[in-house]
Amino acid sequence: MLAKRIIPCLDVRNGKVVKGVNFEGIRDVGDPVKYAEEYNRQGADEIVFYDITASAEGRGLMLDVVRETAKRVFVPLCVGGGIGSINDFRETLRAGADKVSVNSQALTNPDLISEAAKIFGSQCVVVGIDAKRDGNGGYTVYRNGGRIDMKMELGKWVKEIEERGAGEICLNSMDADGTRAGFDIEMLDYVCGKVNIPVIASGGAGKLKHFSDALIQTNCSAVLAASLFHFKELTIEQVKDDCRKNGISVR
Amino acid sequence: MIIIIDYGAGNLFSVQNALDYLGYESKISSDKDDVISADRLILPGVGAFGDAMDKLQKTGLIDLIKSEAVKKPFLGICLGMQMLFEKSYEFGEYEGLGLIPGEVKLMEPEGNLVIPQMGWNSLEYNHQSALLKDIDNGAYVYFVHSYAAECPDEFVSAYANYGGKVTALVNKGTVYGAQFHPEKSGEIGLQMLKNFAEL
Repeated sequence: MLAKRIIPCLDVRNGKVVKGVNFEGIRDVGDPVKYAEEYNRQGADEIVFYDITASAEGRGLMLDVVRETAKRVFVPLCVGGGIGSINDFRETLRAGADKVSVNSQALTNPDLISEAAKIFGSQCVVVGIDAKRDGNGGYTVYRNGGRIDMKMELGKWVKEIEERGAGEICLNSMDADGTRAGFDIEMLDYVCGKVNIPVIASGGAGKLKHFSDALIQTNCSAVLAASLFHFKELTIEQVKDDCRKNGISVR
Repeated sequence: MIIIIDYGAGNLFSVQNALDYLGYESKISSDKDDVISADRLILPGVGAFGDAMDKLQKTGLIDLIKSEAVKKPFLGICLGMQMLFEKSYEFGEYEGLGLIPGEVKLMEPEGNLVIPQMGWNSLEYNHQSALLKDIDNGAYVYFVHSYAAECPDEFVSAYANYGGKVTALVNKGTVYGAQFHPEKSGEIGLQMLKNFAEL
């Protein structure tokens, strides 16, 4: 039986690990390769690097991090942040990433999803989404780290993502992100009901129970967290043990 | 020396990284002399079957691969494993290397399961294989695929369960094939590559 995945995310700026709280107030912490190795040791099913650098120089440093990690960590690596072209996909995959995650640029240029899927295969195209309640009972999609409202309905967007050949969706609820009150079950359930590709839950994890809640109450394939793991409040092993106790199949 | 056959497919470096990490010498090559002098061969692969066979054809290595694969340990990974079979029905009908009897078809899992199968699934042992040495039944490995091989049970070392039995690990003589990615399957995958390198 296919296991549910527990995924740690590392925010990286200029080749160093950082963690933003609600996208602001970032503080510098350390070497991403070291963190990746530690997460691998704890049993991470996949490791996500999220590059928050805007410069070309930072991008180069990110690729160095991926290259080094790929030499020491043998689980799937996903890289996101600032991916805007087929060439970005190619460079990132060549550095050793198995998947590339695209967010804002997929909204401004949806063809990027279809082209990348055609050239590199759906399995390596992940579309990240930042979404929020619109106040009228629906959800709307944002870009640029949640700064720009695309006035686009979430359900419509996820269907388009699937039709264009993306292999996976990483759904970050802006309503839940940073609250540590749990994943956004409602929003997750909504998206899982719309598409047939795997959905990764992101944003809101604050304690052990939140992981199994999302995996039991929705059809999501994976759960992602950054700071909880990063600040060693929980280990991936603890999350997996708790999942097993709740009858969830994990590696 | 382990030769990783280069025919323009992606993901070659992941395999080499894993072999480097384990301390085995390897080289990515499409050179005939390398293939002949290698003591082991690995055929990696991601992408579509027909396209990959075309690319392999262009290297002019197909006949050589067929003759060398039965002389020394040969491992096909993911699409490289599917290419070991006689035929594939991915986007048409294509001939494979025919090293193991069987055909590659689109998976039709029962229940509410999505295609591709993407993620960690556990191996269910079927027949003894040298590649499974020191690996427990039920060990998790990483899969990414939409098509799967249908082949006689005698060649299947392990299945995975994904809405039905999925051929995961195959073996016929010196020829081995893994539908999953050992180079991305953590400690289990590394052990399997080690087993292959020590054959």
